[in-house]
Amino acid sequence: MEEVEKTRKDILGIIEDRSLTHEQKVANLSAAAVSMMDVLDVPEGLQELLRPADEGDQCICDLFEGNAPVRPRYIIPDYAKFFRQGSSFLRLDPPKDFFEALNDLLIIYRHVPSVTNYPVYVGQLDELLDPFLTDDIDDATAEKFLRMFFLNVDRTVLDSFSHANIGPRDTRAGRLILKVEGELKDAVPNLTMKYDPDVTPDDFAALCAATALKAAKPSFANDKMFRSELGDNYVIASCYNGLLLGGGSYTLCRLILGNIAKRAKDTDDFLKNVLPYVCDMQARYMDARIRFEVEESGFFESNFLAKEGLIYRDRFTAMFGLVGLAEAVNLLMEKEGKPYRYGRDPEATELGVKIMDVIDQFNKNHVNPYCEATDGHFLLHAQVGIATDINRTPGTRIPIGQEPDLADHLRFLSHFHHYFPSGTGDIFPVDVTVHRNPEYIVDIVKGAFRENLRYLSFYESTGDVFRVTGYLAKRSEIQKYEKGEAVMHDTTQLAAGASELGHAQERRILG
Amino acid sequence: MNRERKEAYLSPPGERVPVNKVIPFSSVDGPGSRTAVFLQECNIDCRYCHNPETRNLCSGCGKCVTRCPAGALSQPAGPGTRVAFAPEKCVACDTCIRVCPEGASPRIEYLTAAECFERVRTQIPFIRGVTVSGGECTLHPVFLAELFALCHADHLTTLLDSNGMIDYADYPTLMEVTDGVMLDIKAYTPEDHRRVTGYGNEMVLKNAVWLAERGKLTEIRTVAVPGLFDVPGTVRSVCRLLAPYNNTEGAHRVIRYKLITCRPNGVRKKYLPDLDFPSPAYMSELAEIARGEGFTDLQVV
Repeated sequence: MEEVEKTRKDILGIIEDRSLTHEQKVANLSAAAVSMMDVLDVPEGLQELLRPADEGDQCICDLFEGNAPVRPRYIIPDYAKFFRQGSSFLRLDPPKDFFEALNDLLIIYRHVPSVTNYPVYVGQLDELLDPFLTDDIDDATAEKFLRMFFLNVDRTVLDSFSHANIGPRDTRAGRLILKVEGELKDAVPNLTMKYDPDVTPDDFAALCAATALKAAKPSFANDKMFRSELGDNYVIASCYNGLLLGGGSYTLCRLILGNIAKRAKDTDDFLKNVLPYVCDMQARYMDARIRFEVEESGFFESNFLAKEGLIYRDRFTAMFGLVGLAEAVNLLMEKEGKPYRYGRDPEATELGVKIMDVIDQFNKNHVNPYCEATDGHFLLHAQVGIATDINRTPGTRIPIGQEPDLADHLRFLSHFHHYFPSGTGDIFPVDVTVHRNPEYIVDIVKGAFRENLRYLSFYESTGDVFRVTGYLAKRSEIQKYEKGEAVMHDTTQLAAGASELGHAQERRILG
Repeated sequence: MNRERKEAYLSPPGERVPVNKVIPFSSVDGPGSRTAVFLQECNIDCRYCHNPETRNLCSGCGKCVTRCPAGALSQPAGPGTRVAFAPEKCVACDTCIRVCPEGASPRIEYLTAAECFERVRTQIPFIRGVTVSGGECTLHPVFLAELFALCHADHLTTLLDSNGMIDYADYPTLMEVTDGVMLDIKAYTPEDHRRVTGYGNEMVLKNAVWLAERGKLTEIRTVAVPGLFDVPGTVRSVCRLLAPYNNTEGAHRVIRYKLITCRPNGVRKKYLPDLDFPSPAYMSELAEIARGEGFTDLQVV
């Protein structure tokens, strides 16, 4: 009964909250309802790791997925197939021209679920739209309709984890998208350029960099690297997550490595006993979530995306996440009485690599029957953090303010990016003078990809739109929310609450 | 003296030259990401010089040593000798630069080309090239030739940022390993140039054409100070001088013209009354003049 009373109080709090929009209230109310459920067959011993009395002891976090998953966390519809076949559920024929194509996308976005209730992937927009940009449509017309399309997306897809892709090819559609996004400077959609210096012309890459300085997007994804791991049909969704087209991710849980390290006597105990134990708990918890989604929720039998072949159950995988490698390494170094610090000393880098090898090896040995798409294994994911994180540095990042010089920083990252096919990334604010020299950014990205880095984001340090941890937010919107006004993007609230927000202003500026 | 001999005579290989600083990643010293090396000492005296502390070498007077609040400066060999600098103690207050009667800086290092290249090498593969600036970097042509040869061996592009006061034709070894020059043309008529810098500019204009003919004129720059010299006339005449080469025929390349707004930052007090600082509208008019003369790659900063 105590639990019921607490939930009732939470629900009333949501209803009466003056700073939530209607949509945000509905989403929070449904989460509150699901929190009452107890349908997952979770492993013994999970609770003390997942929901300990003291948050400083939390070792596993399920990132608000709730106690009874009604849909996979991330869903990646094959929009090209949708264009080819239309949709009987949506009563749409295949689009015949550019205008119908844009309209059809806006329609289907309303029907793509995810953990945020908004689509986390809105398509490879350049390749989707370029065939419709026929010679009879001049640039001015195309731009006007693209502008309306993107305005619509920003004002109705109310979450900046929604992600569009372009590249690696140079297309007319790609250039127009960059032009319009550079002018709109909105937080939604997030945008990734799949960049391959051997395919992408330099001037198109420079246009991407110039756009990133205006709108904090696109980010650059290492196309060769992702293709070598996930094949040609990979996409970037949500923050920076590499997933399969027509599939997605059932779930994302994360290890809180700094807190896990607290449980260990020393480094040896951590690597041999504590970390493998918690990895096993998280994996079995994920197994339970996946089993419920696939076998009980009915999602894959009833949702039109699955029924019409826009997603396939066997292209889904799951993301085995982690945060706070920095805190874990530093704490273990303290326990050993050693002065080495993460991001500064090679000894700390070495320990970080050892920890990642243990997690990677664990994941390679763990098999889930519903992850056929990725050889039965989960994909590792360097999670970017949530609003309530304190002293949990995203993924394997170096804490803000402790970053070394750029070359050392990039070389450091090369030790870690390769572990994470389902996403990792680093963020660099850039001085305003770089506007005149976007090739500066392209050169850094080229060098970084040669050093096996996976994903890099840039934004102009004084711009309104900027990257908080993995998602975009507008400073002007955060200020409104902080004054108690309701704002439409739920990610603006995440940003306002994020302890990373204060730090984000302290990142080292390039240029 | 014949040319090869002149080149060999000026500075022996392996010589240490005064380096004011090395910026590992610069976005404002040429195209793309570059390491920028700033050498100490200059051979002219621009009224608007924004880095007057890079103009001369330390005389060993010791004024800065006594005034440094952080104890970062010393004269280990005694009064009148070269000042030693301890970078780890420096608090970057710039007192040393303010009190220096010479227009110098004690915060410099003497590096060989090989030592300087070591600083560059650690930035590979995140840079596309190296730019050497100053001061006036061409005071050390042999150092430059050695440094640029090392850069080329590692596939880095090489740019000089120069005032064009030495005859480039005299330095074939250096020009062979120099991919481009970003050349200051501070005024067009010799009289105007003398007013701005204290020296005439016959050599600068000769160099401009010499470089343009060979496709090595990456960029020309003019700092606009309307009251000091005929700025619109300079822009027009420079464009007309170089128009025959501003194309992609043969070895030629499209030449960038960077028009720089004079700003008071760093300018020596005694020269401030000589200067005025143009408006954005004035700068746009200059750009229009260049555009009218067929220049398409224009930057106004």
